[in-house]
Amino acid sequence: MKIHEYQGKQILKKFGVTVPRGIHCTTVDDAVKAAETLGGSVWVVKAQIHAGGRGKGGGVKVAKSLEQVREYAGQILGMQLVTHQTGSAGQKVRNLLVEEGADIRHEYYVAALTDRATQSVAMMASSEGGMDIEEVAHKTPEKIIKVFINPLVGMTDEQARTLVDGIGIPEASKAQAIDTLKKLYTCYMETDASLAEINPLILEGNGGIKALDAKFNFDSNALYRQEEIVAMRDLDEEDADEIEASKFDLAYISLDGNIGCLVNGAGLAMATMDTIKLFGAEPANFLDVGGGATTEKVTEAFKIMLKNPKVKGILVNIFGGIMKCDTIATGVVAAARETHLSVPLVVRMKGTNEDLGKQILKDSGLPIISADSMAEAATRIVAAVK
Amino acid sequence: MSIFINKDTKIITQGITGKTGQFHTEKCQEYANGKNCFVAGVNPKKAGESIFNIPIFGSVKEAAAQTGATVSVIYVPPPGAAAAIWEAVEADLDLVVCITEGIPVRDMLMVRNKMKEKEARGGKKTLLLGPNCPGLITPDEVKIGIMPGHIHRKGRIGVVSRSGTLTYEAVGQLTEIGLGQSSAVGIGGDPINGLKHIDVMKAFNDDPDTDAVIMIGEIGGPDEAEAAMWCKANMKKPIVGFIAGVTAPAGKRMGHAGALISGGADTADAKLAIMEECGFTVTRNPSEMARLLKALL
Repeated sequence: MKIHEYQGKQILKKFGVTVPRGIHCTTVDDAVKAAETLGGSVWVVKAQIHAGGRGKGGGVKVAKSLEQVREYAGQILGMQLVTHQTGSAGQKVRNLLVEEGADIRHEYYVAALTDRATQSVAMMASSEGGMDIEEVAHKTPEKIIKVFINPLVGMTDEQARTLVDGIGIPEASKAQAIDTLKKLYTCYMETDASLAEINPLILEGNGGIKALDAKFNFDSNALYRQEEIVAMRDLDEEDADEIEASKFDLAYISLDGNIGCLVNGAGLAMATMDTIKLFGAEPANFLDVGGGATTEKVTEAFKIMLKNPKVKGILVNIFGGIMKCDTIATGVVAAARETHLSVPLVVRMKGTNEDLGKQILKDSGLPIISADSMAEAATRIVAAVK
Repeated sequence: MSIFINKDTKIITQGITGKTGQFHTEKCQEYANGKNCFVAGVNPKKAGESIFNIPIFGSVKEAAAQTGATVSVIYVPPPGAAAAIWEAVEADLDLVVCITEGIPVRDMLMVRNKMKEKEARGGKKTLLLGPNCPGLITPDEVKIGIMPGHIHRKGRIGVVSRSGTLTYEAVGQLTEIGLGQSSAVGIGGDPINGLKHIDVMKAFNDDPDTDAVIMIGEIGGPDEAEAAMWCKANMKKPIVGFIAGVTAPAGKRMGHAGALISGGADTADAKLAIMEECGFTVTRNPSEMARLLKALL
């Protein structure tokens, strides 16, 4: 689960990391009021969407007067912000963060994430903050310093010092930087984050260390014990079909192709998508119905897939284990009837009660195309939509 | 023969009284020698009772001491699952199979590091399979987990995969063309887990009754590449490899928490290339895994 920058900064602040003073707004008038409340003569007006690259897309502006705050807030609110992470349609801006200006002497990068290989928490830092970190990793990997933290021990002073020394923080600011890194680690663990990134972490003119941005991702498995985080969820920022699917315990992700696919199991679902591509078409979605599919679930899955106007055909691929093929077949027939299915449908079923399932499809009188292997199913659906 | 488990394995079921635990314990008992293999259940509130003629104990330690069991399988719901793993590790079992899906990553980080710390101070090493996995099976001997038993045949091919249904797919193909399996192992789709591809490949390499292996991976993480490098230097048996997720977009979690492209080295294309370089027969067509393997024998 992702959250907005202003929410991320609230979390950082709660854990003792210094952040700029700022106010979250949803209207232009509120943005101007926020600037007045903050005082000073320089403000930053920042679009709040769940995607990075906002600055390049025109979603972050520095205002030097209240008139400019009004002007920029008006431009940004409601715009379709396109960044390298939003896709070409962009994301509508519904929220703003108005912040006091910062006196930036240097920009650093710090992040915490779970490292699979070492089964520890990796804390990374770089002197090249403010930039796309993947570019830094690609061009100058030596400028990214990493330490691996044993969660049983926590982050040691020595590890924090390695990072702080490695990115060249001036002597006078080292103590605060070490403290900041340790607090970021604590925050990462206690909130069940899967990514906590500050880019940039700045050195101010007066030597202070401050988080100028905050990007968080949270482990969805742990949300049951993170009420405060769950309350920060913004459904406007998420894909409506994916939310609808999750209500029925379906894992759904929309893609760009025209073959809808419904599969049980994440690995088999990806393999099915790959097979569709191998035989000359592109999948329209990833859809895992999981282990306990009912007629209702299959029907909902069909409805969600068919909402996508690009879908020209559907491939169902089920390996029956606990889930029996006859149950799925009954669900597929009911779903095809209820949705008045008008695109070609290929069904491939294997495993428990395979023959029974095939018979149900045959007896339905619906024009369902049957297939024995994934390859055959893909070949048939690709031919049917051409 | 087989890897990790056989007809003489004695197994404890943690979470045996829950709905999922009951359902699968019954299926596992019905399979091959299951009646004799599943010897104990654990539930502190129901110690002294029994279910499906299996006695229930108050703790894993007690269950192991009373029955001689060396393996446990866990169906405990996510909030208590990591603690259940640790209880089995503290009881010095040989192998713990955790089926539970949805365990918080932080809990797995903690328990995995506790396991490593225990080994480092000279404690007994307990293997962990999973979590979020289908389990493992040695056909015609014993099945521990949620896979459909009837698709398997006894034989000499090993199968290892993260995904449940994709493991069944490979097994189904093998059985259909007349190749049985020595063991089939599902290591699970979570980012922080126990046994990895490399561990299972080592076991298959050492097993005199495994002739060849199908290794299946997914996008995300370094595990398949690590296993491939090891195989290049050490594996004496032919391998067919497949990686699911060529069409998966970066930055999107494809069902499994671990199936997420994060860098650039963990895409399906990158992994397929490394596996091929390491001597695997790789395919982009998952329908021909078994056929390709047969050609290698």
